[in-house]
Amino acid sequence: MSSEKRKYEVDPVTGSAIHPYSWDGIGELETPPPRWWVLTYLVCFLFAVGWWVAYPAWPYIAGYTKGVLGFSTRADVAEQIAAAKAAQAPYNNKLAQLDYAAIAADPELSTFAMAGGKALFGENCAQCHGSGANGNVGYPNLLDDDWLWGGDYTTLEQTVMHGVRSTNDEATRQSQMPAFGKDGILTREQVDDVVAYVLSLSGTAPADPAAAERGAQVFADNCVACHGDAGVGLREMGGPKLNDAIWLYGGDPKAVAAQVFNPRHGVMPAWAGRLDPLAIKKLVFYVHSLGGGE
Amino acid sequence: MTLTSTADGALSPDGTIAAARAPDAAVVYKDDVVRMFMIAAIFWAIVGMLVGVVVAAQLTFPALNLGLPWTTFGRLRPVHTSGVIFAFGGSMLIGTSFYIVQRTCRARLFGGFASEFVFWGYQFFIVMAALSYVLGGSQSKEYAEPEWYLDIWLAIVWVTYLVVFAGTIIKRKEPHIYVSLWYYLAFIITIAVLHIVNNLAVPVSFLGTKSYSLFSGVQDAMTQWWYGHNAVGFFLTAGFLGMMYYFVPKQVERPVWSYRLSIISFWSLIFVYIWAGPHHLHYTALPDWVQMLGMTFSIILWMPSWASMVNGIMTVSGRWDKLRTDPILRFLIVAVAFYGMSTFEGPLMSIRAVNGLSHYTDWTVGHVHSGALGWNAFISFGALYFLIPRLWGRKKIYSENLIRLHFWLGTIGIVLYITSMWASGIMQGLMWRAYDSLGFLQYSFVETVAAMHPYYAIRTLGGLFFVSGVVIMAWNLWMTVKAGEPVEAKSVPAPQPAE
Repeated sequence: MSSEKRKYEVDPVTGSAIHPYSWDGIGELETPPPRWWVLTYLVCFLFAVGWWVAYPAWPYIAGYTKGVLGFSTRADVAEQIAAAKAAQAPYNNKLAQLDYAAIAADPELSTFAMAGGKALFGENCAQCHGSGANGNVGYPNLLDDDWLWGGDYTTLEQTVMHGVRSTNDEATRQSQMPAFGKDGILTREQVDDVVAYVLSLSGTAPADPAAAERGAQVFADNCVACHGDAGVGLREMGGPKLNDAIWLYGGDPKAVAAQVFNPRHGVMPAWAGRLDPLAIKKLVFYVHSLGGGE
Repeated sequence: MTLTSTADGALSPDGTIAAARAPDAAVVYKDDVVRMFMIAAIFWAIVGMLVGVVVAAQLTFPALNLGLPWTTFGRLRPVHTSGVIFAFGGSMLIGTSFYIVQRTCRARLFGGFASEFVFWGYQFFIVMAALSYVLGGSQSKEYAEPEWYLDIWLAIVWVTYLVVFAGTIIKRKEPHIYVSLWYYLAFIITIAVLHIVNNLAVPVSFLGTKSYSLFSGVQDAMTQWWYGHNAVGFFLTAGFLGMMYYFVPKQVERPVWSYRLSIISFWSLIFVYIWAGPHHLHYTALPDWVQMLGMTFSIILWMPSWASMVNGIMTVSGRWDKLRTDPILRFLIVAVAFYGMSTFEGPLMSIRAVNGLSHYTDWTVGHVHSGALGWNAFISFGALYFLIPRLWGRKKIYSENLIRLHFWLGTIGIVLYITSMWASGIMQGLMWRAYDSLGFLQYSFVETVAAMHPYYAIRTLGGLFFVSGVVIMAWNLWMTVKAGEPVEAKSVPAPQPAE
């Protein structure tokens, strides 16, 4: 190298030989690559070779090198899942055998069911019911004791398993409110009257007491079958309770009128089949505990 | 000293070398098309980065999606990525390659009108692509969103570009091909191959715009990330290294530090990069051996990437003081430093265990932007400050202090962006994998989203810093052209340098 170097001019700053060509005024020096660079390159390459020996790496015509460690991601994942399942097995086995009341009576088991239910809720239910289960317009709040279909363990389980108006489950819960305005069952005046009456049920002083009075008759003729006398609600029909301040689609006169005129109907998917029975049990236990369990 | 050269460019103090070359007749360079590309690049930088700030703000405040289909994140995001990578970056790459290939070959651009066709054809592609994204046309491949009819058009434009560039090299008057041109050539050829193969698709109907990929399932994913990773490797790395190898020695007025290192780094980068794509598909249906091979090649890639960083930074040897006084050089060298940082972070993130934490998180977004803002954009800004006075025959940039202001706005913007994305990404990855003591997931997805909100706000602020610097640059360059002191008319066709 040194003999070759002498043929060229030497750059006074770096001590490197100057390459004999230049382009548009740009010259090049003959500085050799730094030693640390060469060594690190070598180390990286040796690491790669070691990895190829240890793990699956190179293809050949009918397969690939398996590596001396016999590693496979699928086996690794299966192992991790099995370990996680084994760790939870003592609790899960007990959970499967006991009914809800017995789980609630066992503090350790109910802590486990609550933790599992919370995680399942966050992954599957929070999208509609909110991460705190506080609901949203059109999506029921699960923290209160106002239940459309009932809040005891068996009823909750039924709702979670088969959903509400689910299109792929024959045992799903069905309820449909007629489009009183759109389908001409009630006149616009009657709708306004019944809205005034419905609002008065939850203690709102009606702007027009006469309208609320007229509305009482409209309600008796058209609504009590599902919503019950004075709007106490009728769970067998899925008829929401109207004599409280909890509204699924909003509680101002306009929102209530819209719901009477042309109602919206929410859909909840059936979770049986998507979640295993044990997961549903945890979910039901968790939801029941949120504040409204019966 | 004179930096530009047409007939005689020997920097060597050895007069005999320069004298040994026959003094050719002056070559008249074709610079109008370079000027057009530079104007387009500045325009697209502002547009692309503004859209970037908008989509960052949408992530922070979803109401900014405005409830309109055309302004939703999903449609604007490819406008941002294509706008900055292909419109801004692409215009910079093609424009600088036309400038550099003529000067380092001492030859006028080959192909007459073909270079103008490349300009207008490429700009047409960009406008059509952006319009199609906003209107909902996309083949849903990241960084390859345009549908088949635009892909065919781009392939025609790109092959024309290759003909112009290679034709100019073939008729060069220099005995050897300069290192910048190796990188540009590798960029042009590889992008052509990647673009054509990844976009092989079957249109649904003859008159419809919709098509489906020729590949399916994991093969499609692998083809896409073979394309996607090498778009980073050959568009954003090789192409921009071509820029670096010209503008750094030009601005610092020193020879390239190591010719040997440039050869080793070029060939190892070219050979190794093309294997690294599978690291985008760790822990997927992609077979283990492909993942492992991709990971190991990504690690081997570390030193070939760093070779160019070493070469770029060490080229400043003997002129370190210029970093303090010359803001243009500071842009170029800080760009190379960011290049070094992201090419270390990349191999690190390709390691499967690290990737298990980082993948699908904001860490990836931060990594991409430390490369895109720190390396690609900064080296482009340095190149623009170098080129605009020379292309328009001005003595120097209108305001050097505004370059300094731009540098600091950009640097603060990058720091805010990447640190917030590191924090957000690592937090996100840790929250996703957090289990409680009973073996249940600790956080729901929406809780991780809520936790990211403050970092998204910081990121948006970083983007605002960065784009405001670009607006200042555009004004500074505009004033340079409009009000800058012209260089004296000379017989030399290329404009004289600033000093």
